[in-house]
Amino acid sequence: MRAHTLSVLVENKPGVLARVAGLFRRRGFNIESLAVGTCEEPNMSRMTIVVIGDESQLEQVQKQLNKLIDVVKVSDITETETVERELALIKVSAEPGSTRAEVMQLANIFRAQIVDVGAKTVIMEVTGDTTKIDALEKLLRQYGIKELIRTGKIALQRGAKIVKSTKERVSA
Amino acid sequence: MKSGARIVVESLQREGVDTIFGYPGGVVLPIYDELYDSPIRHILVRHEQAAAHAADGYARASGRVGVCLATSGPGACNLVTGIANAYMDSVPIVAITGQVPTSLLGNDAFQESDITGITMPITKHNYLVKRTSELGRIVREAFYIARTGRPGPVLIDIPKDVSTNQVREEGAIPEEITLRGFQPTFKGHAKQIAKAVELIEEAERPVIYAGGGIIFSEASAELLELAELTGMPVTTTLMGLGAIPCDHPLNLGMLGMHGTEYANYAVTESDLLLAVGVRFDDRVTGKVQSFAPHASIIHIDIDPAEIGKNRKVDVPIVGDAKTVLRVIINQVKKGAPKDAWLSKIREWKERHSLRYEEGDGLKPQYIIQQLSSLLKGEGIIVSEVGQNQMWTAQYYCFRRPRSWLTSGGLGTMGYGFPASIGAHFARPEEIVFDIAGDGSFQMNIQELGTVAQYRIPVKVAILNNMYLGMVRQWQELFYNRRYSYTELPPIDFAKIAAAYGIDGMCVESREEVVPALKAAIETEGPFIIDFRIEREENVFPMVPAGAAINEMLRGQRR
Ligand SMILES: Cc1ncc(C[n+]2csc(CCOP(=O)(O)OP(=O)(O)O)c2C)c(N)n1
Repeated sequence: MRAHTLSVLVENKPGVLARVAGLFRRRGFNIESLAVGTCEEPNMSRMTIVVIGDESQLEQVQKQLNKLIDVVKVSDITETETVERELALIKVSAEPGSTRAEVMQLANIFRAQIVDVGAKTVIMEVTGDTTKIDALEKLLRQYGIKELIRTGKIALQRGAKIVKSTKERVSA
Repeated sequence: MKSGARIVVESLQREGVDTIFGYPGGVVLPIYDELYDSPIRHILVRHEQAAAHAADGYARASGRVGVCLATSGPGACNLVTGIANAYMDSVPIVAITGQVPTSLLGNDAFQESDITGITMPITKHNYLVKRTSELGRIVREAFYIARTGRPGPVLIDIPKDVSTNQVREEGAIPEEITLRGFQPTFKGHAKQIAKAVELIEEAERPVIYAGGGIIFSEASAELLELAELTGMPVTTTLMGLGAIPCDHPLNLGMLGMHGTEYANYAVTESDLLLAVGVRFDDRVTGKVQSFAPHASIIHIDIDPAEIGKNRKVDVPIVGDAKTVLRVIINQVKKGAPKDAWLSKIREWKERHSLRYEEGDGLKPQYIIQQLSSLLKGEGIIVSEVGQNQMWTAQYYCFRRPRSWLTSGGLGTMGYGFPASIGAHFARPEEIVFDIAGDGSFQMNIQELGTVAQYRIPVKVAILNNMYLGMVRQWQELFYNRRYSYTELPPIDFAKIAAAYGIDGMCVESREEVVPALKAAIETEGPFIIDFRIEREENVFPMVPAGAAINEMLRGQRR
């Protein structure tokens, strides 16, 4: 059992997210994270889905996703060279004084931005791969994380490789 | 200009639809108005579930896409079981539902239900049409998706204003459609096929395990040719019955829970299993770890997701059964001698043939055997679900594909009678028999009204045991004969038929069986026979749930 990253190109039709989510639910596949947005092609979206499972479950996930009519292409990019990013917003307790200074210093080390400063808290914005954000999250916990949100991972393959599908015309 | 409703009806015609099954209501009125003077025949059922099953029966009997039509809300919801049934058995149907106007969508309007949401997991694809200009394309896509690759149901939900709005005629129904996400593989992978050929030639104890995929892909001739060429015996699933003639020397009959002993022994001892158009369903494999434990497995299927889903395979081949079998036939040689294997199988066949004990009561197996010999493999046999279904699968001699329609995957009681109606309209020249249980028949008994109205000449043979027989059998065998809520009161089905103006009779003894069946066959219109069978007759052999398929109960006398 391990985490796999799937890059999924889908037609941007109403209900496509429900179809994908429903498939994971009813077949009992575990989604770790799912990020979706528009992409380079008009009327298409790209999803990055992180799934936990063994090899045979992963094979089923991909095959079942491929059966959805609105899914154009599914690639497991776990083993390929990718650029992976996740964005997190973290609201952390930071009383003015020495804690605040420590928190700011941590932000600095992680190249996180302070995007809001309140009386007792600051909000930090950080991007990076999943492990980096995990690490920052862990370190900040001792100060007290009030709220946290992560976008889920998005990923692209490095170099010229692309997740794309050729157009099919049918005259039925 | 053209209305959406008009586009729907013209699109159906363009797809070659001659008959649809449906039930009207408020939001489909515009479509019904177009049907009023259309050449398409509409059969008014008595419950929308029956419309879906009839479309399914039509599709299975003909190989063409079946169509059903219902109104929004309750109408659409009533289709659900029929759609799920078609999904599980890979049957191409297009279900058209009306929907509340787009302006009211999501408002809990009168008779609104989210039928695309409800049917998402039980359709191959579905559509909620938002604009009239999309309708023509969507209907074309729906038919293409339903029938192409692994077939299945597609639902189109059409809001009332989409039906009434007008669009320009030109281009309303496109010539060409583009489906980027739907590209089934038909041709098998050459390297995998070469590996398969090699395994087939080397095998000394091979078995072909053939299923519904053979029927849908029209591959029966190829199946037979390959079997005869190589001397490989063939066992079929419930869905595959008719793929090979029952009386062919290489036929092993059905395998699995209620399969023949010799089919299950052969699979268990085989060194090669050539699985074609099957999905290793749990009713077939029993305890999956003990299924074909010594065999290399070649699996041919049009749906890649079925390969390796339940059982690891050695040679996966994604492709159309007919196309792939043809390539194998062209390459394969007779291969290793199989005389010892075939004679072992002959011995099993003799020693462990299907059998039942004669007694005082009327035996359902006898009835099926008599019907089988009277019809000589002609006609279309449809079943309900339960013991009636298994006895028919075991004792009816199927000789042709598409001569056996049954609810396999979902096991839907009430499927048979409406599916018979659909089968009749698909192939009006054939005699259609529904073999029913008294429980199942009462699940869609209202269709007597449809049959009466159109004088649909379907015949129903009710194997009436006044029990939910199959459930009672499980209670007898595994729950200490505690018959909890499985007894049914005697119903005089012939009288019910009479009330609808349909001929019928009640049969209580063995001597009356053949004359009654003959009467049904010779009567021009519909006919109902109420066979009062031995009440506690069981279906044997039987693999208990969770056991290996060679661990069968053979039936002991009580
Ligand atoms: C709609 C539905 N409900 C319940 C079941 C569970 N079930 C399977 S077989 C069976 C009994 C069928 O009884 P009957 O139609 O009289 O046929 P028999 O087994 O007696 O031949 C039942 C209740 C089912 N398959 N379908």
